[in-house]
Amino acid sequence: MKDKNIKYMIEKIMMFKGRDVISILDFSRDELSTLFEEALKFEKYKGRTFDYLKGKILALAFFEPSTRTRLSFEAAMKRLGGEVVHLGEVKITSIAKGESLADTITMLNAYADAIVIRHRIEGAAKFAAEIADVPVINGGDGSQHHPTQAMIDLYTIWRELGTIDGLNIGVIGDLKYGRAACSFIYGVTLYNIKRLYLISPPLLKVRAEVRDYLKSKGIPFIETSNLEEVISELDVLYVTRIQKERFPDPSEYEKVKGSYRVTATLLSKSKENTIVLHPLPRVDEIPYEVDKLSKAKYFKQAAYGIPVRMALLNLILGD
Amino acid sequence: MANVKNSELIVRKIKNGTVIDHITAGNAINVLRILGIKGSENITIAVVMNVKSKKLGKKDIVKIENRELTPEEVNIIALIAPHATINIIKDYKVVAKHKVKVPERVIGLIKCSNPNCITRQTREPVTSVFKVVSREPLILKCEYCGRYITSNEIVEQLSRW
Repeated sequence: MKDKNIKYMIEKIMMFKGRDVISILDFSRDELSTLFEEALKFEKYKGRTFDYLKGKILALAFFEPSTRTRLSFEAAMKRLGGEVVHLGEVKITSIAKGESLADTITMLNAYADAIVIRHRIEGAAKFAAEIADVPVINGGDGSQHHPTQAMIDLYTIWRELGTIDGLNIGVIGDLKYGRAACSFIYGVTLYNIKRLYLISPPLLKVRAEVRDYLKSKGIPFIETSNLEEVISELDVLYVTRIQKERFPDPSEYEKVKGSYRVTATLLSKSKENTIVLHPLPRVDEIPYEVDKLSKAKYFKQAAYGIPVRMALLNLILGD
Repeated sequence: MANVKNSELIVRKIKNGTVIDHITAGNAINVLRILGIKGSENITIAVVMNVKSKKLGKKDIVKIENRELTPEEVNIIALIAPHATINIIKDYKVVAKHKVKVPERVIGLIKCSNPNCITRQTREPVTSVFKVVSREPLILKCEYCGRYITSNEIVEQLSRW
């Protein structure tokens, strides 16, 4: 019986080996459970460095600005005993000379054991994965996919509330252009949530593709622009910023900027155990006064980035 | 002449060329736009619109003298007229007949409508790939960026006039 369990665990872990991470929907709920169990082990040994990935190199190809994703991947790799090479700032690389993404990825494929890519172009990570033999991890591309962020978001809910099933989950902000929001929405479809509340200014509602996906999965959801109306229902409120840089038309951004604020007064109408998440960075959608509330879990969520990314890298690259 | 259908009697038979039958009603002009046929060419063209059809209720027919369609043109017609049949005519006789088919995936035929999609980046060696989400009305989904494209957008994109 014990041998059977060990065999089962090994099989589950082996499912990650050498794998690309392009979309959160590439993963099953069971696989995420395996990842979370592994992340929990690393969380318990916070601050410790291991040698699981000694001799392995992770290439960080960030074609767009990033703080948390880039730093936490780097920290996670180093905590596992591995090394990191950076693409560096795009303006000092060959990309500034006109090198294609395909050529850059081919080169990184030769230098590293895995590549993390962030790019403003949609589908860049999938394309990179088609070119590279080594695993490609999407560190955020275009306005749809940021799978490792979604893993961290789901892990945070699991850690803070013990379950994701049966919850009322609200997502507020830029649901049209925000990749973190979109990935999170896709991620919750893997669970039996009670209801999904999509809260946004009318201009920033989810795209038809996402709405159709929710319908196809039978996820109960409502769309509204009024957080106050639904705040008392929510177990989780996932807040995102309005992403100025993704608006094709700056005048559209002007119409919606500052259109919602999650204040302490507003949160006083929520349930006692409601948690507030945010993938960060924030602009003005959550005032600093909220930070000291026990409901505010966004910095804890950012901290969970390390054990979750350590677990993911170890499962993909470990021996 | 015994098997000639009433709808075909509206215009005379062509000697050599192509008859595109069972075009979704109202789309004959779109078929011509995609084929780049303006009418100023020195060939006989017959366009029959909104005639009765047992299969479709109503249909359009296009007859083009002295022109055979390329496989790519046939594939594109499938996207805007998924029930179309293509008849190759030689010496007034149908020598080949095939029904178009919308494939499960549409590869390289059309471009994604999202300018920020990787498949729209001219310097990258990448081919567009769409998955068919719905056949009628036709909705395709880009496998790279996830964006939908509809048959109207396809017509606009592929029209040669």
